[in-house]
Amino acid sequence: MSGGHLHALHVHGHSPVHRMAPEAKVAALLVFVLGVVATPREAMWAFGIHGFLLLAVVTFAELPIGFVLRRMTIEAPFVTFALFLPFLGGGAETEVLGVGLSIDGLWGAWNILAKATLGVGASVTLIATTEIPELLHGLDRLRVPRLFTAIAGFMVRYIDVVAGELQRTRTAMTARGHDPRWLWQVGSLATAAGALFVRSYERGERVHQAMVARGFDGRMPPIDERRATPIEWASAMAMPLTAWMTVLLVLVTP
Amino acid sequence: MHIPEGFINLPTSLGAAAVAGGSVWGSLRAASRDLKDRLVPFAGLTAAFIFALQMLNFPVAAGTTGHLLGGALAAILLGPWLGIVAVTVVVVIQALLFADGGLVAMGLNIVNMAVITALVGWYVFRGAVKVMPRRSGLLVGSLAAAWASVVVSSIGFSLQYAIGGVGGVDPILVVRSMVGVHGVIGIGEGLITAAAVGAVLAARPDLVTGTRGIDDLETASTSLSRKAIGGFVGAGLAVAVALVVFVAPLAGSAPDGLVRVAEATGFAAAAADNAYSGPLAGYGVAGLDNEMLGTIIAGVVGTGLTFAAGMILVGVVRRRSHHAGAA
Repeated sequence: MSGGHLHALHVHGHSPVHRMAPEAKVAALLVFVLGVVATPREAMWAFGIHGFLLLAVVTFAELPIGFVLRRMTIEAPFVTFALFLPFLGGGAETEVLGVGLSIDGLWGAWNILAKATLGVGASVTLIATTEIPELLHGLDRLRVPRLFTAIAGFMVRYIDVVAGELQRTRTAMTARGHDPRWLWQVGSLATAAGALFVRSYERGERVHQAMVARGFDGRMPPIDERRATPIEWASAMAMPLTAWMTVLLVLVTP
Repeated sequence: MHIPEGFINLPTSLGAAAVAGGSVWGSLRAASRDLKDRLVPFAGLTAAFIFALQMLNFPVAAGTTGHLLGGALAAILLGPWLGIVAVTVVVVIQALLFADGGLVAMGLNIVNMAVITALVGWYVFRGAVKVMPRRSGLLVGSLAAAWASVVVSSIGFSLQYAIGGVGGVDPILVVRSMVGVHGVIGIGEGLITAAAVGAVLAARPDLVTGTRGIDDLETASTSLSRKAIGGFVGAGLAVAVALVVFVAPLAGSAPDGLVRVAEATGFAAAAADNAYSGPLAGYGVAGLDNEMLGTIIAGVVGTGLTFAAGMILVGVVRRRSHHAGAA
């Protein structure tokens, strides 16, 4: 809950991956992850190639491996769920150390572990090499509705303000001896949440008035910046297209 | 709650993405019709509020904590359309900036966490305050809306798993554990939502979209009494257990995975074995009874185990976020 958490995932740098146009990076991430998800789970070697490609980009982006791995722990809850699958899955079984494990469940666990890990790794790589405003511009240029990217931009801009308000409320409550441990003591925190909503909404009203005062007419001004060049597109897409060629190779080989 | 890549297959994920895209597009249009040029700053600030709210740890029991999902609260305060937009922005930002939830799975997460929770929360709340246009309607409405939003959302996930989930876990087992666990989680969600709605009504009743057009309520306020809390916790637990124990077994008798859970715990092994031990036993009334009993015990034990696993996970995640906060 410390301040500035939104930027904690970014690693400042000047690598070619950092400098690449954001729309090309976002598109490359999406195509890569689609390829990973489309890979049949039995093709273990294909996941090896995906992993190698991802590792190559991480190296190219000059990101510390430890940082990427630490950030990937976000997937921990579902990975734990995946570990239950061999015990809960149906169908044929195999014996491991005297315990009957579902074969389908084992494949399912592998499927989640492999694909979730590659997906999270790829996402972390994008965030680590792209500033948040750049990322939103990228989405904008990929034809995500401007209304949506504008709302997301406001959210990103004000999240630290709102979270800071919440943090101060909590500090004030803690200073007055507030230390709830049971669900029925939740009232004061929930009331604080209600107060936070009123504050956020009223801040929205003030922000809107300030925007109107500066000539806002309901349309977000277009963002005119450099766009990805064909060479940038080609270099960004090289990695996901290699992944897709692997997928196609798996699909055509019997 | 955020589904990662690889959990639900590609066609199902893409189908959910289409549903999510359509719903969000429609909600954006409806919300901008209501709010006009105020939409962008309002939706942005509200999304920031929900994001902050999800970082707020609420006590559950003995020092463990959980956090609010907020879909129903957003819908009651903002109406369903702005509610869907705000929670969707939160889900998208969590996936893009925190890698929390997959990109291909984003449609699934938007459907479960934004669309279902906001729509269910809104219509349950509006139904309750129209039927009971008094303070009791507000209380019952917000408690029930939040509880139902969480439970229906978990049923939505179970459906998606049944259609395209990996691992071959019996869908009945999934729906049973999900409903059982979320029936309990929904109690916390309900209490917090009701108290938060009450607090907003006390300060700025004009901001609560859910009470608009109902004269008696536009200036009403509500607070949670000890009796109301007790009654709601009791009712929520009773409905959750009833759903798990009585509804699910009717849908399928002694499913494969469930028996496995039962055997793993050792509780229902005898009962289940009895039911299958001889060609005649299965037809006997005693065998049938044992099978039903075994299924029910397995259901309760399975739910308990899943809930315990969930609590441990919450503990682990909480410790991790504390470290992150200290760093």
